[in-house]
Amino acid sequence: MDANLSPDVVQSGEFDLRGLLAMLKAKKEEIGARWIVFDGIDVLLTLLHDPKSEIREIYRIRAWLAENEVDGAIITAKIDGDGSQIVNYGFLQFMVDCVIGFERRLEYGVPLHRIQIVKYRGSAFSQGEYPVSFGPGGMEIAPPEPTEIKQVASSERVSAGFERLDTMLGGGLFRGSSTLITGVPGTSKTTLSGKFVEAACRRGERTLFVSFDEGPDRIVRNLTSVGIQLKAHLKSGVLRMYSGRTESVGAEDHLAKLKALIREHQPRCMVIDPLSAIAKAGGLAAARSVANRFIYTAKDQKITVVVTAINDGDEPETESTDLQISTIADTWIHLSYLIRGGERNRALTIIKSRGTWHSNQVRELILSDAGPMLADVYTAGGEVLMGTLRWEKENAESAKTVQRRAEIDQKRMSLELPEADTRARIKVLEHDLERQRVELATYSSDDQARMVSSSDREKTLLRIRSADPAGHAGNGAVAALEKHHPSNGSGKSSKKNKTEARDGT
Amino acid sequence: MARKKTNRAAPDAAAATVVVMVLYITESGPNSVRAIANLEAICEEHLKDNFRLEIVDVLEYPRRALADGIVVTPSLAKVSPLPTATVVGNLSDKSELLRALGIRG
Repeated sequence: MDANLSPDVVQSGEFDLRGLLAMLKAKKEEIGARWIVFDGIDVLLTLLHDPKSEIREIYRIRAWLAENEVDGAIITAKIDGDGSQIVNYGFLQFMVDCVIGFERRLEYGVPLHRIQIVKYRGSAFSQGEYPVSFGPGGMEIAPPEPTEIKQVASSERVSAGFERLDTMLGGGLFRGSSTLITGVPGTSKTTLSGKFVEAACRRGERTLFVSFDEGPDRIVRNLTSVGIQLKAHLKSGVLRMYSGRTESVGAEDHLAKLKALIREHQPRCMVIDPLSAIAKAGGLAAARSVANRFIYTAKDQKITVVVTAINDGDEPETESTDLQISTIADTWIHLSYLIRGGERNRALTIIKSRGTWHSNQVRELILSDAGPMLADVYTAGGEVLMGTLRWEKENAESAKTVQRRAEIDQKRMSLELPEADTRARIKVLEHDLERQRVELATYSSDDQARMVSSSDREKTLLRIRSADPAGHAGNGAVAALEKHHPSNGSGKSSKKNKTEARDGT
Repeated sequence: MARKKTNRAAPDAAAATVVVMVLYITESGPNSVRAIANLEAICEEHLKDNFRLEIVDVLEYPRRALADGIVVTPSLAKVSPLPTATVVGNLSDKSELLRALGIRG
């Protein structure tokens, strides 16, 4: 029912809503309405120009509602002032059972809608003020964050993009975890995110790449220059890229959009680059709340998230003053420039990584057309060397290696020489030994010969002298001779003959 | 139709324009009672017999009021002569009412 007075209507004196309510009753009975909404009742009532009359008419509506047995009625009215000090219609709050307040204010030129339940008779309710956004998907109210966090922790690891970074993270990122990459502009946050996206796409996982202030084409082109290929994944539909503008769009609207994108694409991995862009318009407080809620949403849906944030200073601590997502992110990678030796080099540090071992070292991040990589660590005086200093160190190191090898060779040679000498001497001595043995053997056989000859001589003498019976003395001499026999050559030869005979068969 | 009618069209005033009006009221309402009194006084003073007034009690005929596009009570609708006009309220503001009715006071 249109209860608007035409602009041509002339007012002369006071009026009331009796007639309106009578008409409403007729209408209600006609269509069997159980619910009645009075939208913008204040528009009509302000024409009364008298607060007392306005109160009277509101009470008339209340009495009418009680009389006409409706299931419920909603009355909307505009109030002046903020919730704490309502100038008009304050009495409305006492009259009704439930009061829901909507507020719209501009923060940094961006509208911010808020909803608050002021009172609700007979029911517990969240008393806070919650952001509301209106989009094509309807009205979205940021629900009060559950006091209890009920996310299932996964022990499955996914690659953070490339092997060396995974190693630094103790094996990669946990599935469903959130990672924050911070750094000043140009520290290759996007490149790292891109590498993560590429790795996810290669695993065949649906991935969402949300970028602010840069178009998908440019991102794809820029990432190609550092060896990250996303075009094919975009074509196959595994990867969805979305680029949003941040000017004059409230953080709440961003969140609504992100949620819609998640619903549409159902990603397993997601990147927002940079998340800090949502704080550009709409104020920091709202952006913080949105950032928190986004990460919780992603966690609830087990999406592995990498978000980047720009921090003003080079110190990672300054991030904490910004979106404050560093406290809820599981992993925090900080990128910075280290200026030393007249060079600016990119450095990567893992500030934290929940539930996993991680390297504590500052590493140099090198971008090449083969993609990002982390250089080997060279420390000097407690500091990690980078850029030219690292290169010099690398060179020095390799030169040193060559030198050390030469030294070792030399030492070995110097040790080898006396060894050869000793060996030669051993050879000479062996020769001597052999010769001496031969001599000894020769001498032994002479000795036998001598002994034999001497016994022969004795026999001969005995025979010549014929003093004793020759057989006795002769037998004894023969026996003695027989005893010596095995030690001389003839015994050996008989044995030898035997083995030869055996070999012959 | 149990419509309350107060027809005082004068047969001798053919030359004078007859103002046709409908007043929508709720019978028991103080504003309605006042509106009737205020209107009658003005008609007496300015229109003499050159008017026709129909009074509709919305409590009794809500459908008629709905069809006529009435929002609040009391409301006075001037049907003729053209241009038509609508006045809401208890008609205590005399000058506004006269202007709306096209009567030079």
